[in-house]
Amino acid sequence: MLKLSIASEGGHESGGMSEYISHHLTYLSNQVQGALFDINVLHLDTIFFSILCGLLFLIPFYLAARRSTAGVPGRFQAFVEMLVEFVEEQAKGMVHGKLTYIAPLALSVFVWVALMNAIDLLPVDLLPWIAHNVFHIDYLRPLPTADLNGTFGIAIGVLLLVFYYNIKIKGVGGFAHQWITAPFGNVKLSANPLTWVGFLLLAVVNILFTIIEYVGATFSHGMRLFGNMYAGELIFFLIAGLGGTATVLGIAMHLVMGSVWALFHILIVLLQAFIFMMLALVYIGQAHEHH
Amino acid sequence: MNLNATLFVQLAVFFVLSWVTMKFIWPPLITAIDERRKKIADGLASAEKADKSLAEAKANATQVLKEAHAQAGKIVEQANRRSNELVEEARGTALAEGQRLIADAREQVVLDSNRARAQLSKEVAAIAVSGASKLLGREIDARAHADLLDKLALEIERG
Repeated sequence: MLKLSIASEGGHESGGMSEYISHHLTYLSNQVQGALFDINVLHLDTIFFSILCGLLFLIPFYLAARRSTAGVPGRFQAFVEMLVEFVEEQAKGMVHGKLTYIAPLALSVFVWVALMNAIDLLPVDLLPWIAHNVFHIDYLRPLPTADLNGTFGIAIGVLLLVFYYNIKIKGVGGFAHQWITAPFGNVKLSANPLTWVGFLLLAVVNILFTIIEYVGATFSHGMRLFGNMYAGELIFFLIAGLGGTATVLGIAMHLVMGSVWALFHILIVLLQAFIFMMLALVYIGQAHEHH
Repeated sequence: MNLNATLFVQLAVFFVLSWVTMKFIWPPLITAIDERRKKIADGLASAEKADKSLAEAKANATQVLKEAHAQAGKIVEQANRRSNELVEEARGTALAEGQRLIADAREQVVLDSNRARAQLSKEVAAIAVSGASKLLGREIDARAHADLLDKLALEIERG
């Protein structure tokens, strides 16, 4: 926002804009990223806001749970119970098995992701401005779900749970059997050596497809949320850029488009959180199905 | 595409959050919900029961009312009949009494007229005797002429 005053000064509009955006897309990290995957790097902003949102979920919900009674509920308790019932219903529909852990997991994923997404509704420059002026931090990306680490961290967690439940429900043997028989099935072994060859070939193909299935599921799980939130964030930057031109038209467009996009984004914030939860339930539910 | 150790931190946060939710948040809430659901179900059931017993009571009341109506009708009818009977009876008694009174009166009249007639004939006889004595100029011995006098009296009586 402050930087954009440069943009309006002369003919460097595109340069100012791209600088503004790239500045906003830079993480607050402990060191510079060296490669696509760099184990030594931490995005402090993503971690901080993830944990903050986690606490914003846990503390009120814990208080509501501690005070919950079977009598007439208070408003907040009613709201929390509404969410609990909603999530439980979804979990029951998707997963046919014990829900002791899965339903709470779905609730925490839904509310946590929704809260993280909701950071996107704050003015794009507010938190970075506070970071700059109060804490003297130059870079800040407050939206954890617009960080691939943020979304893939959860998606991989769900994948681990899928493996866990597969083994828990089907046993190691059953799970291994699924790897070599799904999705194409396999031939029955007999004395005929041809069946041995066919079995091996189909096993390889099945294993390949199973790998693709799991990678694809996890990739689309993490990528869908990231893509939506990243794109939404970017559009907020562009709209803020309109206001940053400091012309009447620019400010008017900022006001109109910013309002419209923010309103629309409320839907996306909740919808993506819901989809993320539902996909987690679908994947875990599939782990419960016998092929 | 900056993948780094943040991913593992996020993974850990994910498991911590879901574990805490499972341990401390979900069970009390779901217990409260289920308990309240049971309470509501019980309340609805008892309301239904109350409705049913109300309907029963209403039907009962209608039945009782109907019976009472019937009984009241019967009583009124009985009373009417009884009153008619009483009226008839009274009328009969009154009629009989009247007739008896009339008969008595008649009898009395007959008696009175007989007595008056006897008196009269006696007086006429006396008058006749005194007249005859005046005519004859002497005392007539009533005892001596009793036969004659009686005959006379009888004649007057008839006459």
